[in-house]
Amino acid sequence: MSFLRSSKLVYEYIRRDEEGNVENIIKALDEIDLDVKAGDFIAILGHNGSGKSTLAKHLNAILTPTEGTLWVDGMDTKDDSRVWDIRQRTGMVFQNPDNQIIGTVVEEDVGFGPENLGIPTDEIWERVEESLRAVGMLQYRNHSPNKLSGGQKQRVAIAGVVAMHPKCIVLDEPTAMLDPNGRKEVIRTIRALNEVEDVTAILITHYMEEVIYADKVIVMDRGKIAMQGTPREIFSRVEELKELRLDVPQATLLAYELKKEGIPLEDGILTIDELVEQICQL
Amino acid sequence: MIRDITIGQYYPVDSIIHRLDPRVKLVGTVAFVISLFMFRRISGYLIASIFLFTVIQVSKVPIKFMIKGLKAIFLLLMITVIFNLFLTPGEPIIQIWKLVITKEGLKTAIFMAIRLVYLIMGSSIMTLTTTPNQLTDGLERLLKPFNKIKVPVHEIAMMMSIALRFIPILLEETDKIMKAQMARGADFESGNLMKKAKSLVPLLVPLFISAFRRANDLAMAMEARCYRGGEGRTKMKPLVYKRMDYIAYAVMCFYFILLFTAGKLMGA
Repeated sequence: MSFLRSSKLVYEYIRRDEEGNVENIIKALDEIDLDVKAGDFIAILGHNGSGKSTLAKHLNAILTPTEGTLWVDGMDTKDDSRVWDIRQRTGMVFQNPDNQIIGTVVEEDVGFGPENLGIPTDEIWERVEESLRAVGMLQYRNHSPNKLSGGQKQRVAIAGVVAMHPKCIVLDEPTAMLDPNGRKEVIRTIRALNEVEDVTAILITHYMEEVIYADKVIVMDRGKIAMQGTPREIFSRVEELKELRLDVPQATLLAYELKKEGIPLEDGILTIDELVEQICQL
Repeated sequence: MIRDITIGQYYPVDSIIHRLDPRVKLVGTVAFVISLFMFRRISGYLIASIFLFTVIQVSKVPIKFMIKGLKAIFLLLMITVIFNLFLTPGEPIIQIWKLVITKEGLKTAIFMAIRLVYLIMGSSIMTLTTTPNQLTDGLERLLKPFNKIKVPVHEIAMMMSIALRFIPILLEETDKIMKAQMARGADFESGNLMKKAKSLVPLLVPLFISAFRRANDLAMAMEARCYRGGEGRTKMKPLVYKRMDYIAYAVMCFYFILLFTAGKLMGA
């Protein structure tokens, strides 16, 4: 069953001058057709200005389409009466962990979402505990968020979303401001949630290494979907990716260069392990 | 270093006073401050002193922390004392040139000083034993009736707690911007007051811009987590009166009864 579906989704940023006349229109999203199944792990790639963040904000009804329609779990995001249902069902994690943590204590921040939903006090405590455990931050429950590392803060932010029991989590470049260790922590957490709790995950990123584990990769360029497919399919098209000014994972690039030199390797090698195995079999 | 700054002056120990509901402490402090201006006799001062020092003892906060709070009002205290001392008419005791100290003046000056000192000490017990968060929670609950006359109580409390959360972040940011400017040759230390004030402009402008950007991000994050004002919201940590809180209210009442009866008995 598809959880997210859009047809001909268009979004325009309209800039007006002081008198309110339209100065120029930027088409951030241009006829996007999207279909995401429940339980999938989707990665969205694209360089700056490709419209990937704008798309993310649509999934949570923060922005609504200028033209076309987006359905989240069967609900039209333009329907004002369903906005809060949509936001409960698709949680959102943003780039800067500092700017999305509201509580002065970790557990209070995780409780913020359930509080807004009007969940009874006892259940809030249960949800806070279970979501902090799910992201591996239970031992920090009484800490101040200011004293945590970037990766830990981002995990707290994820727990805050998980506590609302969403069916889908949208992560808008959650690792952009983190160091490599923090990045690994966060990606591991997202994968665990996707696999164990069966939460649909939509990860927006520009780190290719994070995309490898996705079920499906969508590459965006200038507001349009440029490519989509499994990571293996996408990364076997190295030339096209280069044209879109995107990198490929190091192992894939090395395999690609080797193949160009005439060494018979398979297309779309993603990890170092795979590459090692292939080379050893030669 | 700048990260470890704590807002307010919470003194973290475990005592009965610390564990009281913040509403009790707020109401108690206001009542105590009012009570200080209700009596004129020595008996009243005696009772207030006993009450105050017992509470300080029970709170386990070293008294020097309360004395610290007095520094801020030292000037005000001196002015009050001097004015009362010299300008109260009555029976003169000492006369230096044209300044006359009267018996009545001496009495009011001393009592006024004690009142002010107790006022500060009383309210610092509250801030020393309650975290800023608990204080905002307590205030929100106490002011709830004002919601009926369209005072946005929940929103004010939310603003206060967000401000508390962001103070350390903005401090850290100030530190960062300052270092970045200093690395490019900015001078924040030398020069006269005017020059120093001017040198703050390149610090404040980026700080403000970043604060607005953060506010924007935070508002979006809050909306994404279904925040829609105070209506229909439940609390993770609701304020519930426990037995100790009722006892505290009873103690407060007892203190007032004592003040009144003492005033009546001696006031014949």
